[in-house]
Amino acid sequence: MHVVTIATMTPDTEAAVAVDAGGNVQWGDRLVVNPWDEYAITEAVLLKGAHNGQATVMTVGSEAQAEALKHGLAIGCDQAIRVWDPALAAHDSLAYASAAAAAINKLGNADLVIFGKEMSDSASDQHVFQTARKLRWTMIGFVARIEAIDFAARTIRVRRLTDQGTEVVSGRLPAVISVLKDINEPKYPTFIGIRKAAKAEIPVWSLADLGLSAAAVAPKTAVSGHRELPKREGSAEIIEGANAQEKAARLVARLLEEKIL
Amino acid sequence: MSAAIFVWIEQHDGQPVTASWEALGLARSLAAGGTVTALVFGDGAQTGAAAQAAFEHGADAVIQAGDASLARYRFEPYVALLTALVKGRAPDVVLAAATVAGRELLAGASADLDAPLLADVTELTLDGGKLRTVRPVLGGKVLRVEAVVGDGPQFAALRPRAFPVPEPQPGRSGEVIAVAPALAPDAVPTQIERVETTGGQVSLTDASIIVAGGRGVGGAEGFAPLRALAEVLGAALGASRAAVDAGWIAYEHQVGQTGKVVSPDLYIAAGISGAIQHQAGMRTAKVIVAINKDPDAPIFKLARFGIVGDLFEVVPALTEAFRERLA
Repeated sequence: MHVVTIATMTPDTEAAVAVDAGGNVQWGDRLVVNPWDEYAITEAVLLKGAHNGQATVMTVGSEAQAEALKHGLAIGCDQAIRVWDPALAAHDSLAYASAAAAAINKLGNADLVIFGKEMSDSASDQHVFQTARKLRWTMIGFVARIEAIDFAARTIRVRRLTDQGTEVVSGRLPAVISVLKDINEPKYPTFIGIRKAAKAEIPVWSLADLGLSAAAVAPKTAVSGHRELPKREGSAEIIEGANAQEKAARLVARLLEEKIL
Repeated sequence: MSAAIFVWIEQHDGQPVTASWEALGLARSLAAGGTVTALVFGDGAQTGAAAQAAFEHGADAVIQAGDASLARYRFEPYVALLTALVKGRAPDVVLAAATVAGRELLAGASADLDAPLLADVTELTLDGGKLRTVRPVLGGKVLRVEAVVGDGPQFAALRPRAFPVPEPQPGRSGEVIAVAPALAPDAVPTQIERVETTGGQVSLTDASIIVAGGRGVGGAEGFAPLRALAEVLGAALGASRAAVDAGWIAYEHQVGQTGKVVSPDLYIAAGISGAIQHQAGMRTAKVIVAINKDPDAPIFKLARFGIVGDLFEVVPALTEAFRERLA
């Protein structure tokens, strides 16, 4: 069996963010492995171990994204591949999905693709479902647990979390899944793992390597700028009172006064 | 310029979700004299009532697909049907609520059609026939302005609770167009074996009020007073990552960066310090009330109202006060 996980680097959530006069976002340089992808990479490594198979970590992105690949290698993925081409620089989700799907097809023998639920910086998950559709594979999103997977019988059964509760869904492989935080305890790299990953040669596949034209990844949407959130009205109005009952009664009165309730 | 707009009406057990009416309301104003068509998929028994409700919330026409293979939302049969309808009828814009199902569905169809998609948007306009949208990014810290540049049908998924629910107009009706599923039942690669709904609980995404607890709650039993308050308010129950990781409450309640993003009218945070990762999930709440022992907790910087005190005294007192005033 061969499981593929697709990872990205995202700005650290703790970083201060500001919008400059040109509408561009400025943040600290520090990138971290997308928090959701830590679960996806770990799940790929766990499945590889349990089924005596192969795990590949892949990214679609510039050199800065290679850190996510090294993280994957350091915790146990067998190989890493970076897909990149200047024509992908617009960060269009359909272009991303087309490139990811072409790279997965190029691997030839993948059974399962695991994404983290979303990219935490842009809060985007559309590339996940678009990749599944470009592959024409089964798609099961928001997976909280893989209950059973049988690579010989080509079946998977998962628990997935919807807005209303949980669904137990079975499906045919090959499949694309997106995973939630609940699915595992993320593995973290060991010293030996990090040393091994640092030495790894990571191939870069261009659009030409994937048999895609620049026209096939032409962006459909464009970012025209950013703006700051409307400011909240300063600090909280602290409700005082002699005891909890008095404070509670005053807060309820204020909420009703302001027609919040 | 008038526009033809499709809106997918999401249902759960035959019950349309409120966020679909928000999408229908937006479609009505965007259409500018054009046609708003509601898409109602389900099993045969469910679709009639949902179609009628769609007319009352602003649809001019309803495309209805009633079939056992569509009884519950599944990615492949729903995407195949939406793709076929959009390809055949060429609407200018396709809208849905950015729920779990709505996000998947629009993304799937946009890939099939190589069409532009803007997801999770909180503002949306049509500018010279092209969609222009705004959505929060980077943990909700800034707003990103995006626009469609490509051709073809344009897809947008709307963040629930970001757009107003239109006033229903009883008795309004229109044309119902019946269509067949696009995928044969045996061509659907997945099967829903079991559904476990969170019985009686309010969903976090739909909730207009959320009561959430964090580390200060101290244990699983510490959520009891929060549940009591939520019940009085008809609120959903939320939690910080600290409370979920400690095993005090199920992950489906987690609000924040690695949980759910919510936008209620009122968010009551009890015993939550307000780490940046938690803020990423609740920053867009209209009004935040913070209850915390520590007057320096970061949550007070975000809150409109604050009570400094022990949540085990304050929350039950609030429950009583609400019960009296709202009775």
